Amino acid sequence: MTHIAVADQEPELHHPRTFIGKYIWSQDHKVIAIQYGCTAIFVGLIALVLSVVMRLQLGFPDQFDFINPNMYLQFVTMHGMIMVVYMLTALLLGGFGNYLIPLMVGTRDMIFPYLNMLSFWFYFLSVLVLLASFFVPGGPTGAGWTLYPPQSILEGTPGSGLGIVLMLVSLAIFIIAFTMGGLNYVTTILQARTRGMTLMRMPLTIWGIFTATILGLFAFPALLVSAIMMLFDGLLGTSFFMPAIVSLGEATDFEGGSPILFQHLFWFFGHPEVYIVALPAFGMVSDVLSIHARKNIFGYRMMVWAIVIIGGLSFVVWAHHMYVSGMNPYFGFFFATTTLIIAVPTAIKVYNWVLTLWQGNIHLTVPMLFAIGFIFTFTHGGLSGLFLGNVVIDMPLSDTFFVVAHFHMVMGVSPILVLYSAIYHWFPLVTGKQLNTRLGMIHFWGTFLGTYAIFLPMHYIGFLGVPRRYYALGDTSFIPDSAHALNANMTIAVIIVALFQLVFIFNLFWTMKREPKSKINPWGAASLEWHTPEVPPGHGNWGKELPTVHRWAYDYSVPGVVQDYIPQHVPDSDVVYESGFDPSTSKREPT
Amino acid sequence: MYIAIVIVALVAVTLILHFASPWWLTPLASNWSAIDTTIEISFWITGFVFVAVNLFLAWTVWRFRHNKNRRSHYEPENKKLEIWLTGLTSVGIIAMLTPGLITWANIVHVPDDALEIEAIGQQWQWTYRFPGEDGVLGAANARFVSNENRFGLDPSDPNSADDILVEHHRLHLPLDQPIKLVLRSNDVLHNFAVPQFRVKMDLVPGTQTYQWFTPTREGTFDVLCEELCGLAHYTMKGQVQVEPEEEFRNWLATYPTFSEVQSDSAVDLAVGETQYQTCAGCHNADGSGNEALNAPNLTRLDSRYMARQMRHYREGIRGTEREDEPGQLMVSIAQSTNVDTEPDLLAYIESLDDVDTAGTLTGDISNGQRLYGACAACHGSAAEGKVLLSAPALAGQSDLYLKRQLEHFSMGWRGKHPQDQFGTQMRLMTRTIHSPERLRDLLAYISTL
Repeated sequence: MTHIAVADQEPELHHPRTFIGKYIWSQDHKVIAIQYGCTAIFVGLIALVLSVVMRLQLGFPDQFDFINPNMYLQFVTMHGMIMVVYMLTALLLGGFGNYLIPLMVGTRDMIFPYLNMLSFWFYFLSVLVLLASFFVPGGPTGAGWTLYPPQSILEGTPGSGLGIVLMLVSLAIFIIAFTMGGLNYVTTILQARTRGMTLMRMPLTIWGIFTATILGLFAFPALLVSAIMMLFDGLLGTSFFMPAIVSLGEATDFEGGSPILFQHLFWFFGHPEVYIVALPAFGMVSDVLSIHARKNIFGYRMMVWAIVIIGGLSFVVWAHHMYVSGMNPYFGFFFATTTLIIAVPTAIKVYNWVLTLWQGNIHLTVPMLFAIGFIFTFTHGGLSGLFLGNVVIDMPLSDTFFVVAHFHMVMGVSPILVLYSAIYHWFPLVTGKQLNTRLGMIHFWGTFLGTYAIFLPMHYIGFLGVPRRYYALGDTSFIPDSAHALNANMTIAVIIVALFQLVFIFNLFWTMKREPKSKINPWGAASLEWHTPEVPPGHGNWGKELPTVHRWAYDYSVPGVVQDYIPQHVPDSDVVYESGFDPSTSKREPT
Repeated sequence: MYIAIVIVALVAVTLILHFASPWWLTPLASNWSAIDTTIEISFWITGFVFVAVNLFLAWTVWRFRHNKNRRSHYEPENKKLEIWLTGLTSVGIIAMLTPGLITWANIVHVPDDALEIEAIGQQWQWTYRFPGEDGVLGAANARFVSNENRFGLDPSDPNSADDILVEHHRLHLPLDQPIKLVLRSNDVLHNFAVPQFRVKMDLVPGTQTYQWFTPTREGTFDVLCEELCGLAHYTMKGQVQVEPEEEFRNWLATYPTFSEVQSDSAVDLAVGETQYQTCAGCHNADGSGNEALNAPNLTRLDSRYMARQMRHYREGIRGTEREDEPGQLMVSIAQSTNVDTEPDLLAYIESLDDVDTAGTLTGDISNGQRLYGACAACHGSAAEGKVLLSAPALAGQSDLYLKRQLEHFSMGWRGKHPQDQFGTQMRLMTRTIHSPERLRDLLAYISTL
C-alpha cells in the first residue's frame, strides 16, 4: 500500500525564491537531475577525449611524442573510471533516476529533497577531486580502473603518490553522494507512489532504476571499505592488501596482507556495478520500444522478474572477473555456473524486446533507432560474455583485447545507445523542445556504425592473444603486421565516432536556440510523466491534485479503443470505445 | 527502413569477418585442445543465436514498419512462447557450460608426473627455478631477497641448496612432458601467459599460484605479462623454447644451483688487476674511460651488468653491427678474454673508486627531469642503478657514451637480439624519447645527478 499522505504534501517548505535557490542549491528533483546530467556529460566528454588519445597511441605507436607510457596508463585508467562511475552511473541514476522517478510514480518530489541536493553537490565535489588529480605531481593514477594493489600504491606505477590518494578519496565522496541519492530513490519508489500505482503497474524504467539503486546500496560499501583500507595501506603503512614484498629493489615493511582480498572486494562491487548501469538502461529501452512501436511491452511480468533475478544473481558472479587471479581454482566451477545462468533471464529480456516490436507499428524515430541499435549491440556483447563467463574460455581470452571488446559492447556502447535514446525521447518533456531529427539521425548512424567498426574487429585481435593495457606491442612472434594495420583502422573509427558526438552536442545547443516548441507528449506515451499540467513540469509536478493511476503504463493499441493509447491516469469510464465495441470482451491489463 | 537493411548487412559483415579473418587463435602448442573445442562449440551456439535474433529483429522492423492504416496487435503475454524460449536458452547454456566445466576439472587437477618448475616475475623481468636433484623446490620469501640472493630463497631450507637458478628470460621445456608451473612474485601482481599454450595465471605476491600444461610442439613462444604491473608492463616479456628432452637437459646443465651461486664469492683481485691491464689502454687505469676512444666509464658499473655485456659481446648479441666500431672492438676483446678469470677482472673493476665523468651536453634540464621519470623506476631516482632490477648506473657515466647507446637502441644496433631481454626493453623505452632535442634534455638532466 502506498503512503498517499507523503506523496500528497504540498512541498511548501522548499519552494525556491531566488535564482540561486532555483538553479544552484535547488532541491527540485528536476533541476538536480539536469545538474547531474550536465556534469556527467561533461566528464563523459573528458573521458571520450582520453580514449581518443589512448587509441592514437595504440593505432599509431611512436607517432605522438606527447604520449609516454605513464600518460598512456593514466589515460586508460581515467577513461575507464570516469566512464563507468562518474558518467554512466551518475547519468543513469543521478540524471534519469532523479528526473523520472517522481514523475513516473506520481509524486511531487523525492522524499528527502534536501538530501537530494546534497547528493548532487557531493557528486560534484567528487568530480572536482577526481579532476584535481590531473594537476598534482605525478599525475592521476595509472593502475588501471581496477586499481589493483600492491602496484597501485607503489613506485613504478604512474600516480602512485597523490594520484591514487585523490582517486580513492574521490570514490569515497562519490559513494557518499550515491548513498544519499540512492536512499532517496528507493524510499520514494516504495513510499510515495500515487494512488493506484502498484508495484506491478510501474513502468520498467522505474523497475530498472529501483533495482539498480538497491544493487548500488549493497555494492558500493564494498568499494568504500576497500578504498579506505587501501588509503590506510598507502598512507599509514598498514598491510590489508600488502604482503611482504620488495618494491623496485627496495625491501618494504609490509607483511601479511592479501592482494586477492582487494580483488574480491572490488569485484563484489564491480560486478553489480555492471548491472547498476545495465538495469536502468534495460528499463528505459523497454519503454522506448513499447511507445515507439505503439505496442504494449511483451511479457511485462517476466520483464520485471528478469530485472529482479538478474539483480539478485549479480551478487554471486563477481569472481568471474578473477578466474586467473590466483584465487582457489575450485571457485571456477561455482562462478562459471552462476554466470552462465544469468544469461537466461538476460536472453529473455532480449527476446521480449524483439517480440515487443513484433506485430507492432514501428515508428523509426531517433529514439527508436537508438533502441533498435541497442538490441543489436547488446545481443552481440551479451553473447561474447558467454565466452568469458565460461571459465576455460576465459583462460586464453582474459586480459586480452577480447575482454576490452566485450565489455565495451555490453556496458559501453549498449548503455550509451540507450542513454541517447532516452535523451532524444525525454528531451521534449525536460525542455519542451524536440531535438532536431536530421542531426539526430546523423548522430545515430555515425555512432552505431562507428562503434561497431571499433569493437567488432577488436574481438579478433583478442582471439589472437594481443594483451590489453600495453603501451606498445613491440616485437612478438605471433602478432602479424595486419593486426597492427587493423589497430590503426580501429583508431580512425574512434576518431570518427568522437566527431559524431560533437553533432550531438551541437544538436543540444541548436535545438535550445532554434527549434520551436514541440507538441506536448509528442510520442503519445501512456506513462504518467508526460501528463503533467505544465510541460516542462513545474515545481511540485502535479498542480493541485496528484493523478490517480488506473492501469499499467503499456496500454497501446488496445482493441476497440479509439485513441491508440490510454494514459495511466485516465479512468476506465473516460475511455472512448469505437461504436459497437463491447469493452467487457477486451482482455486488457495483465496485472 | 534503412535500419533493417543495415542490421542484415552487419550480420553479414560479422559472419564474413569471422570466417575470413586472418586474426584467430594462435596455433595450439599444448595439450589444451579441449579449450579450443569449447570455444568452437560456443561459437556455433552463440553464432546461431546472434544471426537468428538479429535477422528476426531486422525482419520485424521491416515487416511491421509504420503504416497509418494498421494497428499494433495487443498481446501482453504469451506464457507458452516464453516458457519455450526459456527452455531452449537453458539447453544452449548447458551445452556450452558442460564441456567448459569438464575441461576445467582437468585444468584444476595437475597430473602426478608433472615436472615442477617455478617462474618468478618481478618488475619487469622473468626468471625461473628448477627443483634440482631432490625434486623439491626450496622455500622462498620476498624477505630473503638481496643483491646476492635475487630469487629470495630461504638459505636455511636444505631443499633450496640444489635448486637450479635460471637468471634468463628464456625458459626451455622438454617436449611432451607435463609441466606444473609454480608462479611466484616478489613485488607486485604479474601474469604468466603464453598464447599458444592457452592457459594463464596471475602471480600474486605473498602466495604461490600455478598452471599446468604439456608442451606438444617444438618451437619458441613469447611469454607475456598480462596483468598490469606498472609503467614498463608492456616490456615484460620472456620466451619459452620447447625442445626434445636431451637438448633440454643439456641446456639446464649450464645453469648453477643455489649453493653454487652462494659460494661463488672467492675472487682474486690480484689476478683481476693483471687482467685489467688490457682494458686500461682505453678505459684508463682508474676505469674512468676515455671519450676520445669511445670508452665508457666503468667505475660505477656493477659486475653483474658487466658480465652480461661481456657475454653479449662474446655470443654475438651486442656489437654485431659493422658500423659500430667500438662495439666491434669489444667483441674481439671479449672473445679473447679468459672466461675463467673474468669474475676476478670484473670484481677488480668493481673495486675501483667511483669516478664521475663531467657532462658535456646542454639541454632543458627540467624537461629532461620529466623524461627521466620513466627511467627512474629501474635506474633509480639518482641514476645509481639497481642490481636487482639488472639496471646499470647512469650517474657519472659519460653523456656522449649514453647518447651513443640510446641511439644504438633506437636504431636497433643494440637490443635487437631476442636473447637480449633488457636490451629489448631499452629499445621499447627509447622509442618514447622521439627527438634529438629531447634526448639531449634527458642526458643533460642525468649529468646533474
